[in-house]
Amino acid sequence: MSVSRSRCKTPSPRPRVAPHIAVLPKSGIRDFFELVNTMEGVISLGIGEPDFVAPWKIREATIYSLQRGFTHYTSNLGDLKLRKAICRYFQNRFGGIYSPETECIVTVGVSEGLDIAIRAVTSPGDEVLYHEPCYVSYAPAVSMSHGVPVPVLTKAENDFVVQVEDLEKAVTPKTKLLLLNYPNNPTGAGMTLEDKKKIADFAIRHDLLVFSDEIYDELSYIPRSPSIATLPGMRERTVVFNGFSKAYAMTGFRIAYAVGPHDLVDAMMKIHQYSMLCAPGLSQFGAIEALNSCDEEREAMREEYEQRRNVIVKGFNSMGLHCFLPRGAFYVFPCIQSTGMSSMEFATQLLQEEKVAVIPGSAFGASGEGFVRCSYATAMEEIQEALVRLRRFLKKKGLH
Amino acid sequence: MAQKTQQERILALLKRNARISTQEIADRLNLTPAKAEAAIKKLEEEGIVRGYTALIANDTETITRAIIEVQIQPERDTGFDKVAQQICKFDEVVSAYLISGRYDLHLEVVGKSLQEVAHFVASKLSTQPGVKSCSTLFLLKKYKESGIELEKEEKYERLKISL
Ligand SMILES: Cc1ncc(COP(=O)(O)O)c(C=O)c1O
Repeated sequence: MSVSRSRCKTPSPRPRVAPHIAVLPKSGIRDFFELVNTMEGVISLGIGEPDFVAPWKIREATIYSLQRGFTHYTSNLGDLKLRKAICRYFQNRFGGIYSPETECIVTVGVSEGLDIAIRAVTSPGDEVLYHEPCYVSYAPAVSMSHGVPVPVLTKAENDFVVQVEDLEKAVTPKTKLLLLNYPNNPTGAGMTLEDKKKIADFAIRHDLLVFSDEIYDELSYIPRSPSIATLPGMRERTVVFNGFSKAYAMTGFRIAYAVGPHDLVDAMMKIHQYSMLCAPGLSQFGAIEALNSCDEEREAMREEYEQRRNVIVKGFNSMGLHCFLPRGAFYVFPCIQSTGMSSMEFATQLLQEEKVAVIPGSAFGASGEGFVRCSYATAMEEIQEALVRLRRFLKKKGLH
Repeated sequence: MAQKTQQERILALLKRNARISTQEIADRLNLTPAKAEAAIKKLEEEGIVRGYTALIANDTETITRAIIEVQIQPERDTGFDKVAQQICKFDEVVSAYLISGRYDLHLEVVGKSLQEVAHFVASKLSTQPGVKSCSTLFLLKKYKESGIELEKEEKYERLKISL
């Protein structure tokens, strides 16, 4: 085999990795991950996916699609039956009407949906507002599109709901897009209708696009309010992202969707077509079953999360680690400032001394410092044992 | 979807695990333990919760179980009830349902051996006034009971950490 000489012998004067990729941080807590992985007997509250297995009906429908030989590409946008089911679902849930033919795209997780949408609208130098602490992929996705990610901090005193005053301070003529994620990972924050209206006014005032990651929407513990996309003046500027990973415990299926105005979906579709071709067919058939016949299973999981939330919030507050009652998702975000430790120190010591894994809040942006993320997508017995260990940990340190 | 009542939530928790502590019920549903205790008492007093029982995996080696389907001659005024209640008095009968179709009662009967069950059917059950005929099906293996699969699925190890 002939090997290119320039690659092997003389180091190229040009960087092999593109600079805007080279500067992307790997996850800030890789060492912590490594530590968790080498330890036995760890109770992990650090898992961002359901502990439930996908409902059997979904698995069975997926197997059945295989038996019938549905092993081909689907339409780029996704199987039309699935897109119809998605648009029907969205209309029933929120009253928003989207065309399955032109305003809905099936993606490989919300991960891909957000990526292609951000790529579709971001030109070099465009600024993108996102609230922080937040899911780890937002800022990198913007950077990869040569956009400028602009974090807007949210605070515990506002239950981590992003405030228009803070958005106003961050917005510039270059701002093109606002990323929203409520219910929120990692804080469990949620938005009421009033909150959404204020954000909508802001977006309209500054003529911004809004990408709303509503992947935890079905896991809400407050009265349901409409998607921001359905508020007046918002439909044409909003893309809603949702998926099956959390609500139906289908993380491994890698299946999700976006609905939005035709021009944006069409632009996303171009990127999707050339980079992904289509989402996995098998998963699409599982997703159809999820939407058509798994409301009860979904609701049973939601209720179990809600009850675990009650238990874990009470537990933290009773040991002096204040945490507000999450409005959605399956995370609590207790404040650990009273311990005098940084969130990384807290997580590391808790892991080493009591074998409980939580995620340092700093993993979700600098504003997460002083907090830790604890997932209650974990069996109740484990949550209870983790609380016992945590209490012991604080006692030993004279902190409780 | 209609919101569940508190009573329905408590029933669902007890059904899933009758040994759940009052404290856990209280914590899950944001109640005081006293309130939770009172709610459970009420369910028991009203006869909604009739008892608590253990779900035991295959005990077929020590106990013989049979499904017995029984045809009954219904009686004026009481229909099937009187005969059915009479049959339920036997300790050997662990569950009994009125059913539609060719037979009228569906019983689950236990005994120490095949002979014992057969003897019970021949000498006690089929000779009851009102019983026209019986069909006996011996149970060989139990796979699922009260919504719980008895052979555990292999559990997939999730990543210990994911963001
Ligand atoms: C806020 C948020 N968005 C998106 C994702 C990714 O979801 P998907 O599995 O659909 O790619 C996650 C997963 O943790 C998340 O928390």
